[in-house]
Amino acid sequence: MKNYKQKLKFAFIFMASMLVFGACADDYLDNSKIYAEDSESFFNSEADYYNALVAAYDPLQSTFINVLMGEIASNNTLCGGESATDVPGYQQIDDMTHSPVNAQLQNLWSWMFGGVNRAAYIIEFQDKTDFPGREVMIAEARFLRAYYNFELVKWFGDIPIKPEGRFVLGDEKSIPRSPKADVYALIEADLIYAVANLTYTAPQTGRATKGSAEALLGKVYLFQDKFNEAASILDNVITNGGYVLESDYNKVFEFAGENGTGSVFEVQYTDIQGAGFGCLQCSEGNVAVGFQGVRGYDGDLFTSGFSFNVPTQEVVDEFEAGDNRKDVAILDIDAWSASTGAAFTTGYEHTGYFNRKYIPRKRSATAAGDQNLTNPNNYRAIRFADVLLMAAEAYNRRSNPDDDRAKTYLNRVRERAFGNTSNNITTTGSNLTSAIYKERRVELVGEGHHFFDLVRTGRGTQIPGFTASKHEVFPIPLEEIQFSQENWSQNQGY
Amino acid sequence: MRKIFTLLLFAFATVCVSAQTINVKGVVKDAGSGDTLPGVSIIIKGATVGTETDFDGLYSLSNVKKGATLVYSYLGYKQKEVIVNQETINVSLEESAESLDEIIVVGYGSQKRKDVTGSVSIVGEETLDILKPIDATTALQGTTSGVAVNLSSGAPGAKVNILIRGVSSNTNNQPLTIVDGYEGDLNSLNPNDIESITVLKDAQAAIYGIKGANGVVLVTTKIGKKNKKATVKYDTYAAIQQTTRRLDYLNATEYALVLNEAYSASGQTLPFNNVGNLGRGTDWQDQLFNNALLTNHNISVSGGGENSRYFISASRTEQDGIIAKEKSNFIRNNIKINLGVDISDKLNFSLIANYFASAAQGFDGSVLFNGLNYAPTYGLNEDDSTNFLGIEVVNPLSLLKNTFGENNGNGIEGNFKLEYKPIDGLKVTSRLGYKIYNEKQRSFFPIADYGSSKVYNRLQSSVYQFKATSTRVNWETFATYEKTFADDHNATFTAGTSVQNDLFDGIYATGVDVPNNSVDFADISLTNLLSEQRSFNTGNADIRLTSYFGRIQYDYKGKYLFSGLVRRDGASVFAEDKRVDNFWSVTSGWKISDENFLKDNEVISFMKLRASYGTLGNLVGDNLYRSLLSGEAEYVFDGALVAGTAQGGLPNPQATWETAEKLDIGLDINLFDDKLSIVADYFEETRKDLLIQNFPVSGLLGSGAPGGANPTVNAGTSKNTGAELAINYSAIKNEDLDLNFAYNVTYVRNRVTEVLDGAFVEGGSFAIGNPAPSRMEVGQPIGYFLGYQTDGLFQTQAEVDAHPSQTGLGASSTSPGDIRYKDTNGDGVLNLDDRVNIGNPQADFYMGFNISAKYKNWDFTSYLYSEIGKDMVRNFERFLPNVNKPAYYLDRWTGAGTSNSVPRLTNDATNNKLFSDFFVEDASFLRIQNIQVGYNLPEDVLETVGLSKVRLYTSINNLFTFTKYTGFDPTINGGAIGAGIDYGNYPSARQFLLGLNVTF
Repeated sequence: MKNYKQKLKFAFIFMASMLVFGACADDYLDNSKIYAEDSESFFNSEADYYNALVAAYDPLQSTFINVLMGEIASNNTLCGGESATDVPGYQQIDDMTHSPVNAQLQNLWSWMFGGVNRAAYIIEFQDKTDFPGREVMIAEARFLRAYYNFELVKWFGDIPIKPEGRFVLGDEKSIPRSPKADVYALIEADLIYAVANLTYTAPQTGRATKGSAEALLGKVYLFQDKFNEAASILDNVITNGGYVLESDYNKVFEFAGENGTGSVFEVQYTDIQGAGFGCLQCSEGNVAVGFQGVRGYDGDLFTSGFSFNVPTQEVVDEFEAGDNRKDVAILDIDAWSASTGAAFTTGYEHTGYFNRKYIPRKRSATAAGDQNLTNPNNYRAIRFADVLLMAAEAYNRRSNPDDDRAKTYLNRVRERAFGNTSNNITTTGSNLTSAIYKERRVELVGEGHHFFDLVRTGRGTQIPGFTASKHEVFPIPLEEIQFSQENWSQNQGY
Repeated sequence: MRKIFTLLLFAFATVCVSAQTINVKGVVKDAGSGDTLPGVSIIIKGATVGTETDFDGLYSLSNVKKGATLVYSYLGYKQKEVIVNQETINVSLEESAESLDEIIVVGYGSQKRKDVTGSVSIVGEETLDILKPIDATTALQGTTSGVAVNLSSGAPGAKVNILIRGVSSNTNNQPLTIVDGYEGDLNSLNPNDIESITVLKDAQAAIYGIKGANGVVLVTTKIGKKNKKATVKYDTYAAIQQTTRRLDYLNATEYALVLNEAYSASGQTLPFNNVGNLGRGTDWQDQLFNNALLTNHNISVSGGGENSRYFISASRTEQDGIIAKEKSNFIRNNIKINLGVDISDKLNFSLIANYFASAAQGFDGSVLFNGLNYAPTYGLNEDDSTNFLGIEVVNPLSLLKNTFGENNGNGIEGNFKLEYKPIDGLKVTSRLGYKIYNEKQRSFFPIADYGSSKVYNRLQSSVYQFKATSTRVNWETFATYEKTFADDHNATFTAGTSVQNDLFDGIYATGVDVPNNSVDFADISLTNLLSEQRSFNTGNADIRLTSYFGRIQYDYKGKYLFSGLVRRDGASVFAEDKRVDNFWSVTSGWKISDENFLKDNEVISFMKLRASYGTLGNLVGDNLYRSLLSGEAEYVFDGALVAGTAQGGLPNPQATWETAEKLDIGLDINLFDDKLSIVADYFEETRKDLLIQNFPVSGLLGSGAPGGANPTVNAGTSKNTGAELAINYSAIKNEDLDLNFAYNVTYVRNRVTEVLDGAFVEGGSFAIGNPAPSRMEVGQPIGYFLGYQTDGLFQTQAEVDAHPSQTGLGASSTSPGDIRYKDTNGDGVLNLDDRVNIGNPQADFYMGFNISAKYKNWDFTSYLYSEIGKDMVRNFERFLPNVNKPAYYLDRWTGAGTSNSVPRLTNDATNNKLFSDFFVEDASFLRIQNIQVGYNLPEDVLETVGLSKVRLYTSINNLFTFTKYTGFDPTINGGAIGAGIDYGNYPSARQFLLGLNVTF
């Protein structure tokens, strides 16, 4: 009997020990992370920060859609393409008939938030690992976040923001669209930090400089009609930035002119890697360039493309006689074909003009993949001429105007355009304002700025089909409204 | 226990001994092997007296009445009754897979077949012996209801897929395989070492919790019997293999004429001006297919002493491929040791160890594809140097010449088990299972030139090498307590824990510039490493599971049966707050034949109604909660492309496994003294939380950045409904003749019942430039084919004009002789919206039919397997103008009324190559899997040579396949979304075997 009890005891101990073992078993599940590098265990070295910074720059290449679609939205160009149904999203925006269901607007929304999140990723972990020069990378990250947020606020108005870091699943249902003023406040704060921590010379070509940050900050002020602040910061760029207008306007848009003396910020592209329509934002090339190329082109200097974004006669007529910029900005295909024998076919809404600044040049030997999608033309995002014209506008439009200074800056641009001083502007006041507006249009035609210049200065109705109090911003994509479960309301009029 | 029982019986029996008695003695043997059987119980019918056979199978019974009936019974054997009329009664017992007393493993325990309340299928040693599968999995094909088995390819060593009760998951449908208690695989085992394979098909498998949803395959390997002399068995066979099918393609003359017609239709210069002298040209399939050898040797020794049991075996299988046998072959060696030792009558331990080593060579899967598409006008060694066939089609023989791939693996698996029985009815088991597998791969890619700008060309040679070790350790401890209360209430309680750890550790690398461009020098040590990008890498994983489980099995008088079980599982691959879940099931049974109204029924000898319901898990969705740095981060600094690091797909912290809810209602009936047995089941399964990839989420989260992706979310539900029926009929059974028929059929219907937010999953590919053909979408089966419906061909221009415009499909013009597509949504235009369900790669019905007959020393067996209602996509045709074409093009449309199915020949752009039902075929089939005839040497001959058994046999595997499918092999299938797409599958081989079994 005793033996029996002992055995029973043994069995109980055995069973009990199983349960004790069980109690600590759940901890056993914790260690499964050997060698695995996930996003939350990153930022352990300078190299990690640099690699994440490269990732934050990457979505700049997807801003081709902002430039292309922004230009199409303006009265500078027609949509073009193959037919009236070629990329309906672009066609609708050209006709100001766009609705919340628009694949291209959805792309722009998600690609730009992709950029915001990549920059915010670095900002979120900015204090994790210290190393000399860390503040430069943080400054670049904040510059990039400002750049992407500025694009979003230009296109959509009020947008959700999260200053402390990345958006996570569920934020779309809880974080509201911040008023534009709050978005701009975040952009300004990011840029002020960037200005304070960057220098005028970047460690590598293609990275943001103090000048880039100052110029973008100036533009952000200008978009809010903060003319004093804009004038002051832009004046600083002009005085201290060391930028010089490239005397040959044509060279600015050729490969030889990339990252030139007048380039304040430039989105970098290359043609050495292939790309596909399945992931346009993954292309290392400038997708807009192929889209804008002459359809069926075979001839000198250029190669063919999809004939989108064709300039109107009206914008061509904006160029004054003697303006050297006209033949650089506008390709008159009939004249060119007549003089060089180049062949081409016509697409939808053929005007006879092409956006010569950004159509495909003859390809290099290293060009890879679908060449329509991998053109290497850098996008000159902020040119010194833009800075001069913004400064001119700020001085002219501020409460205590300095039209002399405004004219000086405006005429620096015109002197290059005409190759003389005899076409300089001499008026003041609102006439000077109009002159500056007109100068911006011709100097920057084909570069995606005009629509936003019109809207911010209350001249949107110049665009055919434009409805005031509606078309100043684009609709939030319908899917996004749905994902937010009505946390976000639609823009007025859509 | 039994001894005590027997003693009691004796004590009782002595009271009623009467006068007219004799003393009976004899020996009991296995009717099949002739081995003596120790431990057989012998009882005098009507009385309660009995005895047991001893070590040598001998028994004796005193004072038995003349004319009394002795009942001989032994587990796993058919009971036998003999009338006493002489003193020596030697008895042979028949082994029976269908015995109601057969012990069936049900996971952490076992039950008699008659008491099982879940749905199980069993394949025994006998079936494995006859089918001679190279992978034991194939023995389940057609022999088990509810189980579909398909080869992923006919290549030697290719994976075999098992589906239990259909496709339920879009991610993983592979059942859990437990070998003698440890988690293993059938393909590492020597089929000769297997005693039985049991398949748990319903909620009874919930005892395996998070891994049980796809069903559980329980394998028991052989171990000797106690008190038995050593038995030595030697088995061998050799087989000649050949392809089961060749496809009908154009010969050189036909090919040239067809091409000329297409060129002429497009107003182009004819490619062949002189067709007359082309003849038949090269038949590339002839060049690729060869006869190949398959051999197997197997030796085993088994037996046991008073306190021990053992089984030792060694085997070697060599299989050459029916295509390029020098580059496609498979060798497997196994050594198996199973030992059991009783340390005391309360404590015993056993050791199970299986060493396995395999070596396989394989080649580029596109060899057959190129063999079909390469033109018959080319000579054997002639490459298409002018790119006449397009850049994607090359000489298949040249391609073979430049292909080198080998995969070697070896490992050891098994377990160490202690069993302790401290008191009556209580058994505590603790076992440590292990599996270590080392894998080594090497692929050599020589410099190759198949003609200018061919995509297969390589300017630089390279070698890829991979080495990995997988380790699995599993420690399980559980206690079982059996007790009968108040005579009629029988209960078994089981409780236990399990911990498992799976580790993977691999390293792989690529070296370039292999010396001499030769496979003999293809090792990384002799090569350069690519400097531009990382050409070496490692992979690793550490997956942990902890579990607790408990079960009650109860019956009242063996008539009303009930079991309930629960299992709690924790898995490390999910977020901390999402790791743990509970699974449970209840099963019940009612033995109607034990009720008074059926007890002595002359027709119904056994009848049981079963039902089960419960929840089980499918362990998928690993690490989805983690955000990995797998995004694309490339930008240009200083004029050069630089790479950075970015987040890839968005994580899903809520990710969890799939959960299944299973219902089964079954009826087991035996009729006519168990001659006819019928097992019928109805089942339903709802599989929840299916993982939907790239689930749409707000762009706010940043998935739009390059290389980003939306998260994978548990957002789908599917439902399987079906029924299965298994019939076994033992038509004749006597000493000379044994004739048995078995038939089983399973019907499964799968539907996706829910995908959140109308999302869907795409997969597979068809030709080039077509959208993905396979889908998972609400209201359709998982992996159905989405394409256009054809409505014959346009015969006249008037018909073209009368039909809605087809320009929305791509080609700008449509002509007579082109395919007419149905405007299924009736909106007056044809576009992507007109695509509908045009097929399902999973069969509606699968069935098996088996006949086995024994006449004196001869035996005959035949196994048939069939799948009905499955579709396959003919995707081995390349749509380039100059490639070779299937012979059906000889019946093409050439003018009004000439054909209504095969479109006209032209080189112009047409819509005829879109993914439509023109390319989807009914792939239903009936295959004669095996026909076998064997002869056993008579006993008198055996005695003179001193052997106990010699059997010679000949057998044909894959003798013939009845099917309408025009591709190589309709039996090949696998996967869920993207299944059933035939890229030029390596067909399975027809095998002519000659074999010998010898028992010493």
